[in-house]
Amino acid sequence: MAKIKNVGIIGAGKVGIVLAQLALAAGYNVRISGSGSVQKIALTIETLVPGAVSATNQGVVSKSDLIILAIPLSRYKNIKPKLLKDKLVIDAMNYWWETDGIREEVLDPNSTSSEQVQKYFNKSTIVKTFNHMGYHNLQEEARPAGAENRKALFVTGNNKAAVDEVADFVNTMGFDTVVHDDLADGIMTEPGSSLFGASLTKGDLQNVIDHFDETEFGQKVKAGKAN
Amino acid sequence: MVNVDKLQFGLETFGDIVSAENGDLLTAGQSIRQIVKEGQLADKLGVDVIGVGEHHRPDYSVSSPEVVLGAIASVTQNIKLATAVTVLSSDDPVRVYERFATLEGLSAGRAQIMLGRGSFTESFPLFGYDLTDYDDLFNEKLEMYSQLIKEKPVTWQGKFTQTLKDQDVYPKTDYNGIETYIGIGGSPESIIRTAKYGYKVILAIIGGQADRFVPYLDLYKKAASQFGKPIQPVAVHSHGFIADDEDEAVEVAWKNIKANFDRIGLTRGWAPMSREQFDGETKVGSFYVGNPEHVAQRMARTIKLLELGRFDLVYGAGNQTAAQRERMIELYATKVIPRVKEILSEEG
Repeated sequence: MAKIKNVGIIGAGKVGIVLAQLALAAGYNVRISGSGSVQKIALTIETLVPGAVSATNQGVVSKSDLIILAIPLSRYKNIKPKLLKDKLVIDAMNYWWETDGIREEVLDPNSTSSEQVQKYFNKSTIVKTFNHMGYHNLQEEARPAGAENRKALFVTGNNKAAVDEVADFVNTMGFDTVVHDDLADGIMTEPGSSLFGASLTKGDLQNVIDHFDETEFGQKVKAGKAN
Repeated sequence: MVNVDKLQFGLETFGDIVSAENGDLLTAGQSIRQIVKEGQLADKLGVDVIGVGEHHRPDYSVSSPEVVLGAIASVTQNIKLATAVTVLSSDDPVRVYERFATLEGLSAGRAQIMLGRGSFTESFPLFGYDLTDYDDLFNEKLEMYSQLIKEKPVTWQGKFTQTLKDQDVYPKTDYNGIETYIGIGGSPESIIRTAKYGYKVILAIIGGQADRFVPYLDLYKKAASQFGKPIQPVAVHSHGFIADDEDEAVEVAWKNIKANFDRIGLTRGWAPMSREQFDGETKVGSFYVGNPEHVAQRMARTIKLLELGRFDLVYGAGNQTAAQRERMIELYATKVIPRVKEILSEEG
């Protein structure tokens, strides 16, 4: 795959805007779309992320090497699978009952949110990351590689090459990474897990991930009750 | 630029259950009466605003803030009486108007409303609303509210609200209508919406550095200009705790704020607060914790940074004792506020 130069962000809310700011600071060309018209987010984008381009979903996707989904999970089906065909896509979403409503109405109870996102966008390569750190922590904790106390993000997906590519991208965005190659492991960082909302260094994050089965939430997942 | 003479200082409480000296929790009723006493104290010491939140949970005593504010109104002279916030999305705009117009009358013009979408969600099912209508509910009710506060007969076609045909609302106010703020948690859309209505912005900064809101200030100014509305100074609301001794302040706040945030986090799926997170918040983030000098320095920095017209400190988080809460109010009024003004005047 060619080197990532153009980053497209779908979702101009708190997370989408922070990721756009980080991507711009990392030297990428950034395009971003919101739920309404381009005009509706134009003032917000030109003020909060000067340098990023407001576009439609179509405009974002067609010109980007990497797409980040940063919308409420309950809305991912508003995007047609065809639009993201053959694209590398970061799923920064989680099921969050306060925004998304009742889980059964949004998700199949038998698998994790990212697996279902992958199933829906079946011609895209989904990698999950940026989902477990608070948006203001993402903004404030981004640091150059090697910086003291640099924080880490969990990156996981079924396609190893894609996961590695996204991990490199995350590194340029200001974070260390802990990498897995199973999209279902995304559950380890979803709401209810001890990593959701936490900002940890690579060592600490690795430690929690390695001992996930021993956490209370891990036990629930094992028993099939956390999905 | 900050106008030090016009700068307003508020205190807000969410009505957390108060703790007795021996650690036992007081009842909700006792906690509510404590707030009235605190409102009286804050008024006596010259604090500009007392704000009371609305929650529908066992860990908070106040679900009807205007009733508590009405009681405070009757024992105070100057202090403004605010909600922090009124969850408009799950309320009836007609009732909201009526309650505030009543408070306005009771207090001779001291009522102030802060409208919000609410960061808690208990009120939605409680009043029969669907959380997935979160945005639409607020948009519709805000529009209805904006028509009602003109205090003229309203004709209104509602979807989530009642339909009105040339109907009027009472009582009418004697003063200049109800002062309206919108509480904003960080959504750019909310900033633009507030600018469009010409209401005042109060930013709820409950985590992270105030610096990240600097571009939001710019967004507010640009949006207000585009809509042809006056640019008004912005307010901020953040958590704090003040004690005479720095270490005591930090330890009391750590225990209580952590307990409060963790309890909320449990229902929302957040991981518990770490000491590192807490220390970050008190050093450079949004918890204003410490002795009066420390808190004053940090507040002055934020006020200058965001060119604020008002700063509200949220007090009483967790289960603090009445003595801790009252001492904090005294220190805020007699030490912190004068010192913040002094710092800002010196810096010019």
